[in-house]
Amino acid sequence: MSDKKKASLLVQGYEVVIGFETHAQLATQSKIFSRAPTAFGAEPNTQACAVDLALPGTLPVMNREAVACAIRLGLALGSHIAEQSVFARKNYFYPDLPKGYQISQFEIPVVQGGEVSFYLGDEKKSVRLVRAHLEEDAGKSLHEDFHGLSGIDLNRAGTPLLEIVTEPDIRSSAEAVAYAKELHKIVTWIGICDGNMQEGSFRCDANVSVRKPGEPLGTRREIKNLNSFKFMQQAIDYEVRWQIEQIEDGLAIQQATVLFDPDTGETRAMRTKEDAADYRYFPDPDLPPLVIERSWVDEVKASMPELPRQMAERLVADYGLPEYDATTLTQSPAMAAYFETAAKASGQPKMASNWIMGEVSRRLNNEEKDIAQAPVNAATLAALLKRISDGTVSNNAGKQVMDALWAGEGQDVDAVIEAKGLRQMNDAGALETIIDEVMAANAPMVEQFRAGKDKAFNALVGLVMKASKGKANPQQVNDVLRQKLG
Amino acid sequence: MSLTLSDIGRIAHLARLEMPPAEAERMLTQLNGFFDIVEQMKAVDTTGVEPLAHPTAVIDHVSLRLRPDVASEPNNREANQKSAPAVERGLFLVPKVIE
Amino acid sequence: MSDLHQWGVAELAAAIADKKTSSVEAAQALLARARQHQNLGAYLSFNEDLTLAQAKAADARIAAGERGPLLGVPLAHKDIFVTQGFPSTAGSKMLQGYQSPFDATVVANLAKAGAVTLGKLNCDEFAMGGSNENSAYFVARNPWDTARVPGGSSGGSAVAVAARLAPAVTGTDTGGSIRQPASFCNVTGIKPTYGRCSRYGMIAFASSLDQAGPMARSAADCATLLTAMAGPDIDRDSTSLDHPAEDYSRLLGSPREGASAAQPLKGLRIGLPKEFFGEGCAPDVLAAVRGALAEYEKLGATLVDISLPRTELSIPVYYIIAPAEASSNLSRFDGVKFGHRAAQYEDLLDMYKKSRSEGFGPEVQRRIMIGTYVLSHGYYDAYYLKAQQIRRLIAQDFQDAFAQCDVIAGPAAPTTAWKIGDKTDDPVANYLADIFTLPASLAGLPGMSVPAGFGAGHLPVGLQLIGNYFQEAALLQTAHAFQQTTDWHFQSPEGF
Repeated sequence: MSDKKKASLLVQGYEVVIGFETHAQLATQSKIFSRAPTAFGAEPNTQACAVDLALPGTLPVMNREAVACAIRLGLALGSHIAEQSVFARKNYFYPDLPKGYQISQFEIPVVQGGEVSFYLGDEKKSVRLVRAHLEEDAGKSLHEDFHGLSGIDLNRAGTPLLEIVTEPDIRSSAEAVAYAKELHKIVTWIGICDGNMQEGSFRCDANVSVRKPGEPLGTRREIKNLNSFKFMQQAIDYEVRWQIEQIEDGLAIQQATVLFDPDTGETRAMRTKEDAADYRYFPDPDLPPLVIERSWVDEVKASMPELPRQMAERLVADYGLPEYDATTLTQSPAMAAYFETAAKASGQPKMASNWIMGEVSRRLNNEEKDIAQAPVNAATLAALLKRISDGTVSNNAGKQVMDALWAGEGQDVDAVIEAKGLRQMNDAGALETIIDEVMAANAPMVEQFRAGKDKAFNALVGLVMKASKGKANPQQVNDVLRQKLG
Repeated sequence: MSLTLSDIGRIAHLARLEMPPAEAERMLTQLNGFFDIVEQMKAVDTTGVEPLAHPTAVIDHVSLRLRPDVASEPNNREANQKSAPAVERGLFLVPKVIE
Repeated sequence: MSDLHQWGVAELAAAIADKKTSSVEAAQALLARARQHQNLGAYLSFNEDLTLAQAKAADARIAAGERGPLLGVPLAHKDIFVTQGFPSTAGSKMLQGYQSPFDATVVANLAKAGAVTLGKLNCDEFAMGGSNENSAYFVARNPWDTARVPGGSSGGSAVAVAARLAPAVTGTDTGGSIRQPASFCNVTGIKPTYGRCSRYGMIAFASSLDQAGPMARSAADCATLLTAMAGPDIDRDSTSLDHPAEDYSRLLGSPREGASAAQPLKGLRIGLPKEFFGEGCAPDVLAAVRGALAEYEKLGATLVDISLPRTELSIPVYYIIAPAEASSNLSRFDGVKFGHRAAQYEDLLDMYKKSRSEGFGPEVQRRIMIGTYVLSHGYYDAYYLKAQQIRRLIAQDFQDAFAQCDVIAGPAAPTTAWKIGDKTDDPVANYLADIFTLPASLAGLPGMSVPAGFGAGHLPVGLQLIGNYFQEAALLQTAHAFQQTTDWHFQSPEGF
């Protein structure tokens, strides 16, 4: 990054340093160490079996699919997948942690290294991963009052998680959100996580610190449970400003865990925990080491879908699209498939890209719809694009056709064009006649143009379009008018 | 190796055990006595020796068995909560958890 | 059937199959006898209705023509195994009245074979102890001298067999808790190879050491029980070995390969670790053990001097690893989902501390403290990691020894049973008494204790036999051959 760019990211002269920890709930049928179901929203403790409740005598048995998910993530991120990794116990007491320890991975995680690349604006970024490891989720504490008590629901206890940890490579809140969105895209793309942030399937913690450029890393505070992209940026921005204010006031930053309050827009430290909790990690004696053979990794690799990044590169190569377009279009397998269908059928990849990123996406966002719910399918869009590119309708008329199609007025592009009378005039003779008429009726304007006033040209074009009731092909009008004006 | 009373306090807290002063003193003596025996371990040369976490790993490769991803445990809430100290509407009740 | 209690498993099973008695009759007789001898403190709980229902069901299976070596046979389970219908306390106030919604796999296996549960047996709290004095409920008494301990932690189990309250029982062995009480009470017991029996449903003490095993009056009966108990539990225990189930009785009564009926143990090399026969062992114990070894020689075995040089180190190594694992395994006892919750507390932290301090006895708290300390930040490498490294060296020592012998023998314990109360002031002295049983536990090797005679005061002495991994059948064969020509194991205490 250029110094100028680096400088432009500084906040009040401070460099922002962010590392992310994301907990992605894996979309398995059963829990990581028990055979209880993982479905969201069940009645309390109806999906917490003896193993999940840590009843005396219970033991963990590993879910193969959870490991497969880890392998898929590792392949997607270009990480090293450990041939042998170890499960360790993280010991602490909390009511939503039934065993009094969490089975996680400590010294030897299943996925090591890797990176996530994405675009921030039109700049390509890459955030390095330290590791991703498998662990079990805890239950939930419900704080609605039970006469001053908390209610513990252990349905979620034992749900498989992948904890994905980055190096502190992120330098702004915008970059953080872009990273999180890309990671979210990847885990949903490869089908290991349903990405439902409201349900807690994808939870982000941001480790934030500030420093003057060139100085060692500042003390970081951890913002926990950032479960929406919108609040993520707000929270980080607030935290950064807060830390800078502290430092400017001569106060040291204490390491702390903080929560973001969306109502106040502020981060506040959680009740001070014991400094650096002693988790007494040790390898879990109930679980022998996890061995992943090369052959299994190869098998998983062969069954992986084309990843968003590769697909984006292919779209650039095959369709000549700009990187930005390719990245946007590969936001989901469905969107990418929509594009490819439309591009192939219409033979107009760039136009297809523009229309999908523009007209289609705008309508989808307004209606909070997914591409899968678009009332206009890719084939229909392709038909419309064809009619624009062959001059049957102008681009503007095309938008009106889209309005009609989107509103459900049929799926036949030609029928809609006819019904709305949007057919562009392509008859050269008729056009010449109109132009001659306009020129004749507006001789002073013609003189002005010939005298050097360029603006007059556009006015004349406007008059021709009006005279043709919008049906003239603007490009044709341009060409012929210029010719006649000399 | 000598522990102190403050060690006893710290460990008792980590283990969520009460340790009133008289008990702490007694525990301190007993633990120090125990750790005297443990000193012998220091003299053993263990350079390059892999820890033995699973005993039969001495004779055989021990690796984690993986089970198919099938949710086969039925809802057994009533039986599972039979010995629960405090339950309401299916939830385990505890003193308020302050974040 | 007034002497029904004198029968071992084989005789009882045969009598029930031949309709000389019924499972119901046998169960009733043994329940009555258990009540009669409650002063021994062997049993912690009963559920007579359930026992009789099980017995009825077994009788029905027999009436339908089914046969099996355990069908209808009443036995009892150490209270470390969770059982539906009987409370499961692990000898602790922490689990007073706890009702498990499932059975331990070992219990289910025995039930499938038709065994009937008489009740739950007393033990040291969470299997931590060597005398049953750490039971939170009451001590168990050695029927050979009721002022003395029966050993532990499977004290109640040993008492039940010794006093003929049950023909056979289950126990657990983490650092010697089957072998040592068997030795103190003149009972036969075996701890199989680590991972041979499922640990699912065994209330966990030290995960990498705990093993279930039978205790009975003879090696033959132990073999019958072990055959039913053992086997892979792929679905529920990740440390259960994927090794096919075996018939542990298959070598009983057969001479070794190349041996004769007269000298069935010819070719058997019995290794005697010099560390097991030194000053640390009481002379009366040594005398009984040597007497037993002489019998083995008569049966054709050869005695070989070997060394297990790190025997003494097994004490610190075990007493670091076991408490470390236990401290973590016992964290689930927090008063939230099950178990004891204090009646009064101010907040969550107070609830945890009071519940745990009230629910756990002093020895359990001590081991939790040790375990928490050795895992804590800054000490892990010097203690836990170091201990696991030495553990590997100890296991390798055994492999070196097995190059020179087939079976290792020695005393199961350095002394005979001591008086109740004698050792309660010095917990560390108790740890030192485990010296002969700990090494095989750390290595995960199978070990037996076989009645070998008596020491001073007519107190029983057990001979420990240690085999290589998966050599249970050979161990039982060896013990059985000895029991064919000696009668120590038939002897019962006066009045029982």
